[in-house]
Amino acid sequence: MTAAGLAASFWNLANPTRFLALSGRVLPWLAGLAALVTAIGLYMAFFTAPPDYQQGDTVRIMFIHVPSAWLALFLYAIMSASALGTLVWRHPLADVSQKAAAPIGAAFTLLCLVTGALWGKPMWGTYWVWDARLTSVFVLFLIYCGIIALWRSIDDPGRAARAVAILTLVGFVNIPIVKFSVDWWNTLHQPASVFRLDGPAIHPTILTPLLVMAVGLSLAAVALHLSGMRTEILNRRIRTLTILQADHPAEGGI
Amino acid sequence: MSAFLALVRRDLTLAARIGGGGFLSLLFFLVVVALVPFALGPDLNLLSRIGPAILWLAAVMATLIGLDRLFQADEEDGSLDVMLGAPLPLELAVLAKILAHWITTGLPLALCVPLFGLLVALSPEGMVAVAVTLLAGTPGLTAIGAVGAALTATMRRGGLILAVIVAPLMVPTLIFGVSAANAALGGTVPFATPLAILAAISLTSLVVAVFAGAAALRGGE
Repeated sequence: MTAAGLAASFWNLANPTRFLALSGRVLPWLAGLAALVTAIGLYMAFFTAPPDYQQGDTVRIMFIHVPSAWLALFLYAIMSASALGTLVWRHPLADVSQKAAAPIGAAFTLLCLVTGALWGKPMWGTYWVWDARLTSVFVLFLIYCGIIALWRSIDDPGRAARAVAILTLVGFVNIPIVKFSVDWWNTLHQPASVFRLDGPAIHPTILTPLLVMAVGLSLAAVALHLSGMRTEILNRRIRTLTILQADHPAEGGI
Repeated sequence: MSAFLALVRRDLTLAARIGGGGFLSLLFFLVVVALVPFALGPDLNLLSRIGPAILWLAAVMATLIGLDRLFQADEEDGSLDVMLGAPLPLELAVLAKILAHWITTGLPLALCVPLFGLLVALSPEGMVAVAVTLLAGTPGLTAIGAVGAALTATMRRGGLILAVIVAPLMVPTLIFGVSAANAALGGTVPFATPLAILAAISLTSLVVAVFAGAAALRGGE
């Protein structure tokens, strides 16, 4: 396929109606695959992976915790790419993709924090420590919450999308700075008291289930994202129809 | 350039007039600093140890409180439309607004720290250190807040959402502001290192804020 042809098919896909048709066909398969891979990953995590020699069975929390942390960042990256699409090409599908990614990203960030807290209780003796990694994920969660709050406070969808896109990109620049400054702050305030995974390379019996879980949860995230986008497109159509009907009450048949 | 200066002068004049609330944020700063000893108890040793942190937190809150009217008032009386159509680039207009706002909030806060430092028993070196860090850091706080103010310019009740979206972005400034002030009071790091990073964050925030703020104002139309 030529570059022009490829671009044309991309723009065809970018038509919301075509997107609805195509994603409607892909979505059940994607969701099924996500469930299958996640089920295999969970089985491996619970039955084939050995317990850690120090941490015992609590190390199995990692198989949810680590992919959640990856996906929290991955969905922010999707949101930032969509924000560029909104600002540069003013594309309605980019708006929709941005809006659908925010709650999923916030959910994975929260999942990462909650599993981390549950893991921290037996390991560190407390649910929460102001460790550098926990703190930066916490700030990421606050940024996600701010983005969702901004979505919910502007009623015109186009204007809301442009406002959120600017906030998302400012956050995108800020997140590495937050990470860096929290690391600095943490070394000033408390010595590294936390175990790290950086010692020897992770053994394959642990790494394989982790990767399978990561693939499964990523597929689930993409499926949720597609489904969220479809819901948002339909919501916008309902909104447009309602406005039309309010403008022409006689034709609306009420 | 004259348009830029005229905009700064207009905002300063508005802030100084009745209803402008130019020095309200300074008063708010004083009230917050005064509330802390009531919560923590009058132990001067404790207060002097966390003094820089108190002053910085109060500065962040005073900046957040004052910012929601930054573009909202212009949006209501129509001067924002004039700025959008003016030959002066909107980016420069945003910079002028940030500068004027900083002169009426951040600058007085930094200059009054020697006075307020007495309330939390800061040593003279500590007061100078906090004043220097506030001078370097408050432009960054105002700049980050200005993005939020531009995003919420058309909202009727923008104050709360502004604080929610802007506060997480202020974390780096707060960290380096407080650690620079603490470093000056004696610590393991030299004073100049966190101060240089703080200044870098402020300058970066200014650049980002000028463009993001202008884009937000254009998008809000």
